[in-house]
Amino acid sequence: MRETFTKGMARNIYYGGAVFFFLVLIGLTVDTVNRLPETDNSQNMTELVIEGKRLWEENNCIGCHTLLGEGAYFAPELGNVYTRFGEDTENIKAFIKYRPVEGIPNRRSMPQFNLTDEQLEALAQFLKYVDGIKTARNWPPNVQG
Amino acid sequence: MKYESQGVAKLYFIAAIALFVGQILFGVTMGLQYVIGDFLFPEIPFNVARMVHTNLLIVWLLFGFMGSAYYLVPEEAERELFAPWLAKLMFWIFLVAGALTILSYLLVPYARLAELTMNDLLPTMGREFLEQPTITKIGIVIVALAFIFNIGMTVLTGRKTVINLVLLTGLVGLAVFFLFSFYNPDNLVMDKYFWWFVVHLWVEGVWELIMASLLAYVLIKVTGVDREVIEKWLYIIIAMALISGLVGTGHHFFWIGAPDYWQWLGSVFSALEPIPFFMMTLFAFNVVNKRRRDHPNKAAVLWALGTAVMAFLGAGVWGFLHTLAPVNYYTHGTQITAAHGHMAFYGAYVMVVLTMISYSMPIMRGQKAGNIKAQVVEMWSFWLMTISMVFITLFLTGAGIAQVYLQRYSDDPLPFMVVQEKIAIFYWLREAAGLVFLIGLILYIYSFFAKGKEVEFVEG
Repeated sequence: MRETFTKGMARNIYYGGAVFFFLVLIGLTVDTVNRLPETDNSQNMTELVIEGKRLWEENNCIGCHTLLGEGAYFAPELGNVYTRFGEDTENIKAFIKYRPVEGIPNRRSMPQFNLTDEQLEALAQFLKYVDGIKTARNWPPNVQG
Repeated sequence: MKYESQGVAKLYFIAAIALFVGQILFGVTMGLQYVIGDFLFPEIPFNVARMVHTNLLIVWLLFGFMGSAYYLVPEEAERELFAPWLAKLMFWIFLVAGALTILSYLLVPYARLAELTMNDLLPTMGREFLEQPTITKIGIVIVALAFIFNIGMTVLTGRKTVINLVLLTGLVGLAVFFLFSFYNPDNLVMDKYFWWFVVHLWVEGVWELIMASLLAYVLIKVTGVDREVIEKWLYIIIAMALISGLVGTGHHFFWIGAPDYWQWLGSVFSALEPIPFFMMTLFAFNVVNKRRRDHPNKAAVLWALGTAVMAFLGAGVWGFLHTLAPVNYYTHGTQITAAHGHMAFYGAYVMVVLTMISYSMPIMRGQKAGNIKAQVVEMWSFWLMTISMVFITLFLTGAGIAQVYLQRYSDDPLPFMVVQEKIAIFYWLREAAGLVFLIGLILYIYSFFAKGKEVEFVEG
């Protein structure tokens, strides 16, 4: 780099730029958090939904599935599974409940998690709540996720 | 080695390489599970293999960063490490905690592990990359604090070089942003939003500071180029990394229920994110061309140039490929993301750690550079791993494009699993490339034991 551009100038751009854009990020974050109630479906966040989120986490569902596009890419997107399964939580519960313990030969299989009926209900309600989150442009693009 | 306490890095590097091997073995396993779905099922289901694969990566890179800091900081500060005993103690604590965590993933069902570690008291488990039990996360914080104290005291009581200060800033940032892993709100949108404060602000933020300072250090050592020149580059690279990367976090907020303005902000700022990586490439080639000496460690120079190029391709080009909101609408959460993730992590962080190891390991073993055969083997391993990673990325990109078309773009979108079967050929090819990577890794390890003619060199 040419001599007119000194190390001091580079340092100032670094400190100035980092501090400025960090403050911008904080400002945008405050604004985002304030606006979230418009989209985050929190009005439907019942105790059961919260329990469902815990079950989602404690069974590491994200290790195979995506949820709103984040997670692993081994198994289907579940952010819209409630829609895909005919807007019926019973279908979701039945799917999880009847996974064969030994899997299906040669195919990717979901483990049998041995959840109780109450837990199945909580997990299904959680997935229904996620489906109700208003994502931009109604992502995912179609029902297949 | 100028200071005896730098030698503590050797422990960290050996552990890093051992865990790297584990990571790749699980990677190859998962690659096979993509095409032979019931492979190792139900003993090691995919989610467990993936957790082991990604967590081993994070842990071994942290070992690599810590080892690099312990090696580099005393030499830059021109003094012994503040507390070498603390560095050794933390090594064993981190290794035992890391190994126990990985073993528990494999030996105990995850839900049972959550129960055993009392996840209910402070639920932090079950989020991608942050799967560690809360107790492990607390352990990571303790190790990080002791590490930063040790490094910080060495930096602050010694010669304060730009490299040391930038590295220290990066490491402090790493520790601070990790604290967001303890914040797990019930509101999923909030959870996702702040999850990125760990993940994005690590890999597209403070880790870039660490990477740039490690690269700058090795380049000073192997080229003899004036420190002033290198420091100027370093500042401008990390300035661009943070200017683009902080608001660039927005490219993760497109489809998770956050406000629409992130589509614009995230697209524009993350489109700038390749710039610091491009500058790193210019920087590395520029200073190597202007070198004042020919360092006998040719392998280290190759790694340094390689990391600059591959980081630009993986993080820069492959990141840009799907970062604009209209494109990301179709590619979000597909194999395109996986393709980018593989080359970016390898190119930026794996390779920069291997650069540091390549440069410092021979010195810690009492030589200036490895013998000729060792270097030749190491360079073979460089090419095998790097080229196979390019192919892994290309095959996953092929899989991703086909997936996007069949599942999201065509007039008659097909179900996920139907699409996965149609694109299996890409996964087979990826698996083959993964096996070549494993061969490269085996050669890499062999390079440490290869005996041959010592290199001759003239001090410049």
